[in-house]
Amino acid sequence: MFSVFVIPFCIGVVALLVVSVMKYRRWISQFDKRQQMLVRKGILSWKFVGAAWEAFREGLLHWRITKRHLLLGYMHRSLAFGWFLLIVVGAVQAVLAYPNGHPPYVAIFFNYFEPRSENIAHFAEARFYANLMDGLLLYVLSGLLLAMLKKVWSRPMGMRRTTRHNLTDRIAKAALWCIFPLRLMAEAHTSAIYGNGGFLVSGLGRVIDWVRLDQPILEYQWWVCYSLALGTFFTLMPFTRYMHIFTEVFLIYFRQLGLRETTDRTGYTNFELSACSRCGLCIDGCPINNPLGITNTQGVYLLQAVRNKDLFGRAERLADQCLVCHQCSNDCPVGIDLEAIRRQVRINSRKKTDDNSGYDYLKAVRPFNALGRVAYFGGCMSHLTPSITEAMERIFQASGTPYWYMDKERSICCGRPLLQQGFESQARELRRKNTQLIKESGATMLVTSCPICYQSFTKEYNLPVRVMHHTEFIEQLLRSGQLKLKEKSALRVTYHDPCELGRGSGIYDPPRQVLEQVVHLLPTQHERERSLCCGFNLGNTVLSTEQQTEVRERARQNLLEPHPDMIATACPMCKKAFARGTDTKVHDVAEIVAEGLLETAMQPTHSTR
Amino acid sequence: MDSADLTAAERLLEAEPSLKACIGCGGCTATCSAAEFVDFNVRRMHMAFVKGQQEGLRTQLNRCMLCGKCLLVCPRGVHTRSVIMAMRKELSPEEK
Ligand code: SF4
Ligand code: SF4
Ligand code: SF4
Ligand code: SF4
Repeated sequence: MFSVFVIPFCIGVVALLVVSVMKYRRWISQFDKRQQMLVRKGILSWKFVGAAWEAFREGLLHWRITKRHLLLGYMHRSLAFGWFLLIVVGAVQAVLAYPNGHPPYVAIFFNYFEPRSENIAHFAEARFYANLMDGLLLYVLSGLLLAMLKKVWSRPMGMRRTTRHNLTDRIAKAALWCIFPLRLMAEAHTSAIYGNGGFLVSGLGRVIDWVRLDQPILEYQWWVCYSLALGTFFTLMPFTRYMHIFTEVFLIYFRQLGLRETTDRTGYTNFELSACSRCGLCIDGCPINNPLGITNTQGVYLLQAVRNKDLFGRAERLADQCLVCHQCSNDCPVGIDLEAIRRQVRINSRKKTDDNSGYDYLKAVRPFNALGRVAYFGGCMSHLTPSITEAMERIFQASGTPYWYMDKERSICCGRPLLQQGFESQARELRRKNTQLIKESGATMLVTSCPICYQSFTKEYNLPVRVMHHTEFIEQLLRSGQLKLKEKSALRVTYHDPCELGRGSGIYDPPRQVLEQVVHLLPTQHERERSLCCGFNLGNTVLSTEQQTEVRERARQNLLEPHPDMIATACPMCKKAFARGTDTKVHDVAEIVAEGLLETAMQPTHSTR
Repeated sequence: MDSADLTAAERLLEAEPSLKACIGCGGCTATCSAAEFVDFNVRRMHMAFVKGQQEGLRTQLNRCMLCGKCLLVCPRGVHTRSVIMAMRKELSPEEK
């Protein structure tokens, strides 16, 4: 059982195997110490069961994409799962037909060899398998049709803008798109001569027979083309986006083992870079794209620039352009840590200016004894919105919470603005000082009013105390009855989810639960994960004020659409951004609560350094 | 105007054009977090830089925490943090 036409396919498969093994081995050898340790420790654990399930769900069924858009999910699933089943069922079919063994390529070119083999077993379910294979081919072809449709008109697939691919990707895509129609034609021509195949193939075969194209020479040409398409695709695959098909499985496994991005580019980063399918789902939600119309900054293009070894500082420019609003990492169905990769790029570009020797003045700051109290960290931005910190002080007092306002007079920044810009060692210095102050104070908990600080304290610090954003803290006080409110007011309010609090930290409910007890909360079109960035995030240093304002206007329109009496938010930065140029009042959740407090039992619990 | 180096100043204004709008009001300095701890006058520093007096600024600028308060209070919309980052880049020994 051999024919010359199988050679391109065989070469493709071998090339694919060799190159992928080489790549994966190199990336694994580039893991840092901790990542290596996690892999060694986890490799024999049961975690691979969870990883296998996730790989099946995401790699084949494309669950997350389906949740985003049904038809788009169907397209991805029919191509991935359909092709996978074609391979698996084809292999089973070949094993049943050739009980004495067969060369591996026979399963792929089954319909060509089947009528020509003498040693074939006539197994009972042969017709069933032929029809099943045809059904699967039809399934894949339906996905292919949708993919072609998406190329010319992406709106029905839930996408406004699709990814611009590079040349190799486009060639590989052409080869991929050819594979299934060519398979159908090759099988149909064989069927025209031998009458084999299931409903689809034999149906088309009869047409071919009828128009007298049932020539062996034509048949052979179709099989050659099919094999060539397969060979081309497999050979190109490791150098194109289609490598994500395999890499995603590895990435899921490593993630289950606990591997994460670090501040440096490691082998794990290479897996993330390669796991990006260039699906483009990170494009539409980006505020740099809509409303600003800058279409080269989004996750997919950043990864492309990093992958291509950062020619001419392109990755650095793209990384700087971003608002760090977390929308793209939220939307990425592969779960790539785009924020971390962007930060790596920024850290790399600031290496020469990252100098932490300037902070020796912090040595003079002495710890304060706040044993048993709640430490309150307003945050630098809150100092410019004193109504928020005053409201918090009133809430502490009204609830009888002993507290220590640790940055009341002199504030040391939490370090996140520095880290966001890539000044890693400087940020570490500030974290060290704040950690020392918090630890030595003896405080039992840390409450902050700023979502930037909250992310910093929860993700970048390693504190021995619980950290809460003030909306969580207030929600807890209300639930436990420590805080009593007047009757609910008639004010109609829309709530803005700050990027750093919502997508950044997953805090969506506490502010809403609090607001619902004080005012009438109105829904808006872009809420929770789909909340729009206020445009003034500290993560960006290159956009002009006009551009930032344009981003803010889109978010503001969304908040004003239900005609509220007031806009509520939970971030001093967002409050400032929206308050500029609006007649509608903008208030922090803390202020609204403080306004609605039952002014009883105000206990003087307040103190500072 | 001794040790004048106008080209660095020009490069700064080019990198962060919003600085041209500065009226020297000192709002940035008044709110500055670092200035609460140590001698650090951000208005004086960027004005000196633009005049070409850049000596000693390099170590001083490292005291900034990039907290962004100055950015929020500036009445002229100067992107003060970007100005500081651009000055540091200009003054870094390897860069030129
Ligand atoms: S980064 Fe994620 S969302 Fe964007 S193209 Fe890649 S896989 Fe798709
Ligand atoms: S973080 Fe936000 S601004 Fe930055 S690329 Fe992603 S979606 Fe765009
Ligand atoms: S960013 Fe720097 S200069 Fe501006 S207020 Fe903060 S510490 Fe001061
Ligand atoms: S606050 Fe703005 S205008 Fe005033 S001195 Fe500082 S940069 Fe200049």
